[in-house]
Amino acid sequence: MFGMFGATLLLAFREIRRHLLRSFLTTLGIIIGVSAVITMVTLGNGVTASVKEQISSLGSNVFIVFPIPGDRGPPRPFEQADVDAVGNQIAGVEVAAGSVSTGATAFHNGQDWSSNVQGVDNVFLQAQSIDVIEGRAFTAEEMEAGKNVCLVGPKVLEAIFVAGVSPLGERMRVNQVSCTVVGALEERGEGGGGSDQDNVVMMPLKTVQRRFLGNDDLHYFVVKYDAAYSSSTIQDSLVDLLRERRLLQGTADNDFNVIDTAQVNQALGAATGALTAMVALIAGISLLVGGIGIMNIMLVSVTERTREIGIRLAIGALAREVRLQFLTEAVVLCCLGGLIGIALALLFSWSLATAIDVPFVFDPTINILSFAFSALMGIAFGYYPARRASKLDPIDALRHE
Amino acid sequence: MNAGAPSGPPLIELEGITKTFGEGAAAFQALKGVDMRIERGDFVAVMGPSGSGKSTTMNILGCLDVPTSGVFRFLGVEVQALDRDQRSLLRRRYLGFVFQGFNLLARTSALENVELPLLYRGERKAVRREAAMRALDQVGLAPWADHTPAELSGGQQQRVAIARALATEPEVLLADEPTGNLDTERSIEIMELLTRLNGEGITILMVTHEHEMAGFARTVVHFRDGLVERVERGEAALAGETG
Repeated sequence: MFGMFGATLLLAFREIRRHLLRSFLTTLGIIIGVSAVITMVTLGNGVTASVKEQISSLGSNVFIVFPIPGDRGPPRPFEQADVDAVGNQIAGVEVAAGSVSTGATAFHNGQDWSSNVQGVDNVFLQAQSIDVIEGRAFTAEEMEAGKNVCLVGPKVLEAIFVAGVSPLGERMRVNQVSCTVVGALEERGEGGGGSDQDNVVMMPLKTVQRRFLGNDDLHYFVVKYDAAYSSSTIQDSLVDLLRERRLLQGTADNDFNVIDTAQVNQALGAATGALTAMVALIAGISLLVGGIGIMNIMLVSVTERTREIGIRLAIGALAREVRLQFLTEAVVLCCLGGLIGIALALLFSWSLATAIDVPFVFDPTINILSFAFSALMGIAFGYYPARRASKLDPIDALRHE
Repeated sequence: MNAGAPSGPPLIELEGITKTFGEGAAAFQALKGVDMRIERGDFVAVMGPSGSGKSTTMNILGCLDVPTSGVFRFLGVEVQALDRDQRSLLRRRYLGFVFQGFNLLARTSALENVELPLLYRGERKAVRREAAMRALDQVGLAPWADHTPAELSGGQQQRVAIARALATEPEVLLADEPTGNLDTERSIEIMELLTRLNGEGITILMVTHEHEMAGFARTVVHFRDGLVERVERGEAALAGETG
């Protein structure tokens, strides 16, 4: 039986090779469908992974709160008292910490580098899960007194510090402010909104407020809460407290925004799901068209090879043997299309992932699934032509010119 | 029809075979009640003008078609009662076909063409190869085993077709105008080959419209208007009797 099947398979390959261009054009629909699905899913995975990484870099179970323009004009900044109130008055909140940030030029070793300076305290570092990989975070005294000490982000280190030499204890200057490097920050990648979280110099909050901004405002603050609490309950309490403190009456719109990283994750999942569904639809149509192409060319092939079918039937081929032969040919054709589609998809998704700077996440499931689906298309659309071949009358088939 | 003493059921028995094509007013009765017996080892030439029913008879004898009515026994089995696949199985076991147009698979080597029926018999590759080479050797084409039909002359192609029919060592070889597409010299070569094979024991049924070719047969059956008109002993048989 294997001899028969092996011979059938060999014959299928031979027929496909005989009409190489035709076979290729026939499978184009499947090639495009398969490569589109895999490319989109792979890129989608890459984008999701990239955004998830950005979100996780913001910390989990964290709200980020920032002012937005309200009914009464431009955004009103927060004060330290707001942050303290959130930290002390809302059940389930572990810590709340404010931050400021502004563009600044970093100088060291005779070089300059356009960067950002961010004012933070250790609570903020903890809430955002920012690790100091070399040296230490700020001391209580440094934060309290607003000392000129700094933590340097990896991009800044790479740009103006000597590679391989520890930056600890080095002096550097940010705009007009000299400071001593006490620690180096871990690499965190891009943050929300495309900001580079690695191109940063962090100083104690008070230092930045006093020496760079000249006021006590906070640009935003983060709230880390206990995962055991419902995030929406805490968010409601948070909004109520802030409306009260900012004297928002009745129906006045919030003049601040609360971003919940868990919600962003969900929204991302929903967006990715919608995108995937749309791609699946487009690919489905493409594959359907491809399948009809396969059926069409198989019907042509059956007509062209009517005499051959007649010969096979006359020398004793059974109907199901003829059917198997043509079915095998259709399935092999579709499988080859699927394989080319997979190869193209790998090429496309890898180059596109590189181009838009998201990780290339190979997903074996979608590749196997697409391949299996191609084979299934061969069976679905090859069956009718194969059946037609097997039903031919040997006498008529032999007479066919 | 054969003079030899039959043992067991005759190879082929036709009783009151009719065949009607189409229905109603357009119906055409190709066979109007054909009776025939063919014994093992015979070499039968079927002759007759076109429309006489000789091809229809051959199709029925080749189990490619079934009669509208009547009984066709092959080795005692009533073929008209078999279904399509059962007839296919009968063909692949007992029959070999040679056609006027050779009907070889193009772009496929002579060897692979000859192997084809063995493939459907489910023989292993080594067995197929050996039997196919033996059959090609029988028709004197072993050196051309790797050539495709396009690289062979008409006579050679027909010999490959005969080798294909022989590969399964069939009981009966059915040849439909085997020399129809060949010149006289090649035709005679083919007929001599068939005569030799018949001498080795294979029963041959051949349709032809050339008297010269029919002369190689032991028995000649003349068809006219869907009936057997007369049966003659062929020149070969006569030569055998006188010689």
